[in-house]
Amino acid sequence: MIKINKLIAFLLFVPALALAAGDHIKLDRAPINEEDQASLQRGARHFVNYCLNCHSAGYMRYNRLQDIGLTDQQIRDNLIFTGAKVGDLMKIAMDPHESKNWFGVAPPELSVIARSRASADGSGADWLYTYLRGFYRDADRPSGWNNTVFANVGMPHVLWELQGEQVLAERKVRGEGYMKTEMALKLDKPGKLSPVEYDQMVADLVNYLVFMGEPVRTDRKTIGMFVLIALGLLFVLVYALKKEYWKDVH
Amino acid sequence: MAATPKEPVQFSGAGPLNTPISGVLTWVDQRFPLMSLWRDHLSEYYAPKNFNFWYFFGGLAMLVLAIQIVTGIFLVMHYKPSAAEAFASVEYIMRDVPAGWFIRYMHSTGASAFFIVVYLHMFRGLMYGSYRQPRELIWIFGMLIYLCLMAEAFFGYLLPWGQMSFWGAQVIINLFDALPLIGPDLSTWIRGDFVISDATLNRFFAFHVIALPLVLLGLVAAHIMALHEVGSNNPDGVEIKKHKDAQGRPLDGIPFHPYYTVKDIVGVVVFLFLFFLVVFFMPEMGGYFLEFNNFIPADSLKTPPHIAPVWYFTPYYSILRAITEDFMLVLAIGVAAYAVLIRLTVRDRRIGTAAMAVALVVIVLMKGGPLAIEAKVWGVAMMGAATLIFFLLPWLDRSPVKSIRYKGWLFKTALTIFVIVFLVLGYYGTQTVTPAGTIISQIGTLIYFAFFLLMPWYSVLDKTRPEPDRVTM
Amino acid sequence: MSERDTDQGKRQFLVAATTVAGGVAAGAAAVPFVASMLPSERAKAAGAPVEVDLSTLAPGERVTVEWQGKPVWIVRRTREMLDTIRGNDGNVADPQSKKKMQPAYATNEMRAIKDEFLVVVGICTHLGCSPVGKFAKQAEAFDPSWQGGFYCPCHGSLFDLAGRVYKNKPAPDNLVVPPHKYLSDMRILIGEDTKGA
Repeated sequence: MIKINKLIAFLLFVPALALAAGDHIKLDRAPINEEDQASLQRGARHFVNYCLNCHSAGYMRYNRLQDIGLTDQQIRDNLIFTGAKVGDLMKIAMDPHESKNWFGVAPPELSVIARSRASADGSGADWLYTYLRGFYRDADRPSGWNNTVFANVGMPHVLWELQGEQVLAERKVRGEGYMKTEMALKLDKPGKLSPVEYDQMVADLVNYLVFMGEPVRTDRKTIGMFVLIALGLLFVLVYALKKEYWKDVH
Repeated sequence: MAATPKEPVQFSGAGPLNTPISGVLTWVDQRFPLMSLWRDHLSEYYAPKNFNFWYFFGGLAMLVLAIQIVTGIFLVMHYKPSAAEAFASVEYIMRDVPAGWFIRYMHSTGASAFFIVVYLHMFRGLMYGSYRQPRELIWIFGMLIYLCLMAEAFFGYLLPWGQMSFWGAQVIINLFDALPLIGPDLSTWIRGDFVISDATLNRFFAFHVIALPLVLLGLVAAHIMALHEVGSNNPDGVEIKKHKDAQGRPLDGIPFHPYYTVKDIVGVVVFLFLFFLVVFFMPEMGGYFLEFNNFIPADSLKTPPHIAPVWYFTPYYSILRAITEDFMLVLAIGVAAYAVLIRLTVRDRRIGTAAMAVALVVIVLMKGGPLAIEAKVWGVAMMGAATLIFFLLPWLDRSPVKSIRYKGWLFKTALTIFVIVFLVLGYYGTQTVTPAGTIISQIGTLIYFAFFLLMPWYSVLDKTRPEPDRVTM
Repeated sequence: MSERDTDQGKRQFLVAATTVAGGVAAGAAAVPFVASMLPSERAKAAGAPVEVDLSTLAPGERVTVEWQGKPVWIVRRTREMLDTIRGNDGNVADPQSKKKMQPAYATNEMRAIKDEFLVVVGICTHLGCSPVGKFAKQAEAFDPSWQGGFYCPCHGSLFDLAGRVYKNKPAPDNLVVPPHKYLSDMRILIGEDTKGA
């Protein structure tokens, strides 16, 4: 059987490798740590400041932010700008039909955006991290902005004052034995934040978006450890029981 | 169930009440065949003593069924089967219901686990000839369970009302469009609307939570009753009932309880370890168990750029996509060659002639100009045939031995290639269409059907070894 | 099979140990399922404490607010109403609310933090109907010498203006006083009290 299994594994993966080199977007890896509560709290603040005006997070309750170390009072004082109560969902007042007129598309719901943006190219976090750093000036677009991972995106670059303005410019890179040109982002006008600071800010925001996609994520891993350990112990016991009974069978 | 002769029951008002428990048992047993059920199916059900690794999966399939039913009941308490609320109610379960995420992940992981376990269980049957006489009905009930399970999974997948739910159902329902004459009306009837809508969601919910589970439970009962009637097969493929001791117990059999209960419990614990590893640490399983696009609410105006069915349907989906207009010629040639093969090798000439006639009709329907049916219909037909052809296995395999252990290289090679082809078709079913992928799927489709249709020949030509008289450990 | 080298003691021990461990595991597995039937975060958010402004409530009037989906009555009692309550001790079953667990500020004659305001859950302690307010001091079909209070249409239980149940009526207890506290003189928070009960 072992030989057959190896053969199956081999034959299955050869075509997989051959096809893996299809068209895909290169995503930057998001430098996030889901257990870094300070980062998550900064991300939550950026989220309510910059995103929660046009985008809702209608499955997420404000008081769920307790999971990232905030108290109800802190949430009420620092993160709720509307008349919402801490138990309320993160909804917005903007009418989706109106916003569709402004942006061409209704701004998507963000509760589970980090989960839906995952793909074979990378995690949802990687996509968001690359996307939020990938805006560049494009005079052909109604908003004046375009994006490297989301072509002809409807959203303008909300964070442009912080990041500054990027343009897409030709750049020479070393290919295999020859020089080739490719299009790359270049910071044209600096913003209020340095590129390092901006990347850190986006990372915090993405970290928060990942948390919001599945608030139970860290808890479930902790519980999972206990469950697996318990099953491991149970295995020792049931295996001994099986061995004991099967002494009878010759 | 074999009726074991029971002791003549004496109804005495106050029986011999040695302990309260045995007293209650006696009382119940005088009114209900409790002890005889226990004996027939557990303590005196003799199973071959040489079961190996592959014999865990039947019991595990029952465990997964139980998990799905229990988690399903609790999900229904919170889920809203309405197009307006379904997606939000799933997120509500994931966030607001205490431990709702755990129950939902168990159910979503359970769906995939069910197919993994069932595919391994079926592979066991293929290896050891468990479908052979006298177990044809067990196999048929099992295949009905498999079909029922596919329907159950299909209906259930619409319920989260995400983009993949919607477009997956859209594509599969549109398959019925292909049927001649009634097609379009039939698919409208299935949806209850001109698009997939609230009406569709509601009826799928009804099928998923009550209709199919009832059928499934009935079929599982039939599957086990048939099994316990004829007795289990084993890796050697020999009948343990041929050699019995003075009490009529098979010499190579051991009581299911306690020996296989304690053994299956070990399997259960190992299975649960792997199951919860997925539930707690990788519930999305890289997009195979929970597809990423399904975190976007259903939108009838926008198809996601890459849609693929959930992994357990992908081999059949590949076969569906493989049937293109160009490929019809190859299929027609294949049909003709098969008819010639029957004509040349089957002694009864009438069968050969009949096969030629049937083949002629099929070829005309495939390539006969104005009489031909379009390739889309054939794709659906081939996909259906790919699932249904399993039913014929008991009559296609004509080898003198049951188990792969005593079969020759022909069968071993055929089964190996079949498994590889099944996996390769499954892989390409998850990928976007490429010319190379289509050709590989087409070759795979031919091999898939050849495995079954040529079995009557290669299983006879195969050089088998003699089966042992008794089981080997 | 043979019985030769079976160690029955070890076998019994392993069976017992596995049974216990399996039982514990099954019990643990049941916890999330049982828990899932408890009120969800949505239900808790909907049942969150409610703030009420009392300044607009006229003397002798009642306002009904919803807390945890239940009606909570706030009655601004007049001096006359308070007097009838004082004279009513003989008619009610539990004049000082000693009998049932109630917030400490309800175990007095007026069953209130401030005598002026009665705050009670408007659900009869008998079988959960919502009684009707009959505040006027006049002869009623159910009581010719009615002093004003609440009448439950389902099974005829009577409560006075302190929510105290009359003797010999189906309802066993006085109306429940919900946890509440005064945020200021005329603002009240229902659902939470100072001790966080």
